[in-house]
Amino acid sequence: MSVPTRRRRFAAIAIASVAVLATATACGDDSSSDSGKSDGPVTLVVDVFGDQGFGYDELYKQYEADHPNVKIQERGKGLGLGDYNTRLTQQITAGSGAGDVVALEEGTIVQFYAQADKFVNLADYGANDLKGNFLPWKWEQGTTPDGKVLGLGTDVGSMALCYRSDLFKAAGLPTDREQVGALWPTWDQFIATGQKFAAADKKHKFVDSATNFYNVVLMQIAGQGTGYTYYDKSNKLVIDQNPDVKSAYDLTTKMIAAGLSNNLQSFSNEWNAGFKNGTFATIACPAWMTGVIKGQAGDAAAGKWDIAKAPGNGGNWGGSFLGVPKSSKHQKEAAELAKFLTSAKGQIEAFKKVGNLPSSPQALADPAVADSTNDYFSKAPVGKIFAAGASELKPVYLGPKNNAVRTAVENTLRAVEQGKSAEDQWQAALKNGAAAGK
Amino acid sequence: MSLDLHAAAPADGGRAARPAHRRRGTSFTRLDLKYSPYLYILPFFVIFAVFSAYPIAYTVWIALTDRSPLNATISFVGLDNFVELITDDPQFWNAVVNTFGMFLLSTVPQLLMALLLANALNRKLRAQTFFRMAIAMPIITSTAVVALIFSMIYAKDFGLVNWALDAVGMGPIDWRANRFASWFAISTMVDWRWVGYNALIYLAAMQSISKDMYEAAALDGASRRRQFWSITVPQLRPTIIFTLIISTIGGLQLFTEPLLFTSGAGGLSGGSEGQFQTITMYLLDVMNQRFRWGYAGAVALVLFVLIALMSTVNYLLARRISSDK
Repeated sequence: MSVPTRRRRFAAIAIASVAVLATATACGDDSSSDSGKSDGPVTLVVDVFGDQGFGYDELYKQYEADHPNVKIQERGKGLGLGDYNTRLTQQITAGSGAGDVVALEEGTIVQFYAQADKFVNLADYGANDLKGNFLPWKWEQGTTPDGKVLGLGTDVGSMALCYRSDLFKAAGLPTDREQVGALWPTWDQFIATGQKFAAADKKHKFVDSATNFYNVVLMQIAGQGTGYTYYDKSNKLVIDQNPDVKSAYDLTTKMIAAGLSNNLQSFSNEWNAGFKNGTFATIACPAWMTGVIKGQAGDAAAGKWDIAKAPGNGGNWGGSFLGVPKSSKHQKEAAELAKFLTSAKGQIEAFKKVGNLPSSPQALADPAVADSTNDYFSKAPVGKIFAAGASELKPVYLGPKNNAVRTAVENTLRAVEQGKSAEDQWQAALKNGAAAGK
Repeated sequence: MSLDLHAAAPADGGRAARPAHRRRGTSFTRLDLKYSPYLYILPFFVIFAVFSAYPIAYTVWIALTDRSPLNATISFVGLDNFVELITDDPQFWNAVVNTFGMFLLSTVPQLLMALLLANALNRKLRAQTFFRMAIAMPIITSTAVVALIFSMIYAKDFGLVNWALDAVGMGPIDWRANRFASWFAISTMVDWRWVGYNALIYLAAMQSISKDMYEAAALDGASRRRQFWSITVPQLRPTIIFTLIISTIGGLQLFTEPLLFTSGAGGLSGGSEGQFQTITMYLLDVMNQRFRWGYAGAVALVLFVLIALMSTVNYLLARRISSDK
């Protein structure tokens, strides 16, 4: 008798536990879908990228204090842009897994225009009233061609040049940032200055890598020229026809031929080590790069770096947006949070934390930004240097597979750094760029 | 079974009294006997269907389309992806050459070293267990860690190998710029990790070879070397085939080592000119950078065919090792 009883009891327990599990999961579903509608506690996930993140920690605390029903969780700090974007693309396409608020980088938001139906149109939550809070070209980038508001601008890259004043001094070059800026009204004069530096200092290189140099030069030349890079505004691949791409490429190979590049692959371990060991004297500096330098070079290099005006006329590289995927269960709350984080106040806070330059004219004019100096960079007036160019910029249009084509072109520049012929590599750039953009 | 006994016991006395109960019992037993074996093996097939069969079928389907997250619609393109891949994609063939190059450069020395190592460990040694365990250690280290450490060893500016080359008066090598140098560096990573694993398998197989054969050969005057080539290797034939096929599958799917050989932007490109981009890296490049998911499906299927072909070739080659004699 005992055996069958035990069996039956086991069966009863099994059935009971299955039932409990089923109810428990059902409850879980109920509560989460309830909270989407009612004012129950809501957890919002914010996805960001980059070694330094977006500098939102204080803003989260403040938002949580003002909205007791909202908890905020951030993911992605420390994740590189490439990995982040791959994951986000999969999550958006699959329609699940993405955060409630996601960061969209300038070069990748274009790719999401095609998937605009997977994002909440922020105009539905009153975003159009905020148009005046953003630089006109930044607002335009965050809006799809048919007028849906895909993302609200966080920061812009702007453009400057960061340099090691101690190395400049040792090489007999001026160290004052005004005088340094006066050394290079054009990129050709920048290369000439580099040659002077190289003649005096055999131990250090003038520029970190060809690719950073190239990206900055391309965005500047394209901003003043055609207004687009590898793709024209109808998304046709024009890498072989756009004179701006060729000009930027030629300037870069000229810089490499002059022996100025440290040949470091950007964002690699060697590149990071280059900051720590101080192996190069200058780096092209969008505003967000100041955070990277501070993070990588560390306290040991505090006061050695300074910021001067970049050669040429202004320019922009990078900058992001915040969007809300349709997969979010709390679209209204997420849209409100995105509006808060991209408000002038939110942008000023992010600027203070990680140096991301605001995309809001009000924030740029705010004394907290305009009059700010950066202690790490020898008290350079970063607000003045970066904000100067940002408001008058013309946007550069980037096509849907911009990152893939850019990687292909960057690789050919690395090959030139490794000693391959610049002419052959330009042909390879055209061929591989076309294959990558197919 | 106990339930049956229990049900059968009163049946002797009161067969007529409880016919309904009994019939229900037997039919349940019959159902139990008939279907429960299937239930027992069901979990495997469910998991296989979800994680293997479905993805394979889906890959075949997606390879016939132009699926991409950038396209609003999916259209059926037939074999276009395969035609483009085979006739008009130099980057893919570059990846194939790299993969096979690194496969040969790593697998041949790997299996030879493993064989010799196993032979050495098969003799009477002091601290035998220590050595046998020591060669197995690399298997339990993470591939990513191995790749990161080897990338530092092969670093251009501050690397150990270049420092050593410099010390003996040779110029430093840019291990990522030169195609053969990068293949060599990556092969050493693979070999460091897998020689011990293969040696362990060979060692186990060697211990099952009868001692009588060696004694007979020794009596006939065969040297140690002759014994190795004429007894050990032929007796190991099935094991060698096994390790060859496993190495082929692993070698043609080489991914982590070459990916982590560079860090920073553009790792999937495998060097500035694709010097060490393998097929799996190219697959991910196509999928995640260029968003051509359909085309990536085609790359995956061609890789599958290549592995099947190579395994067959290896099998045929290995079968001849001893049958020629």
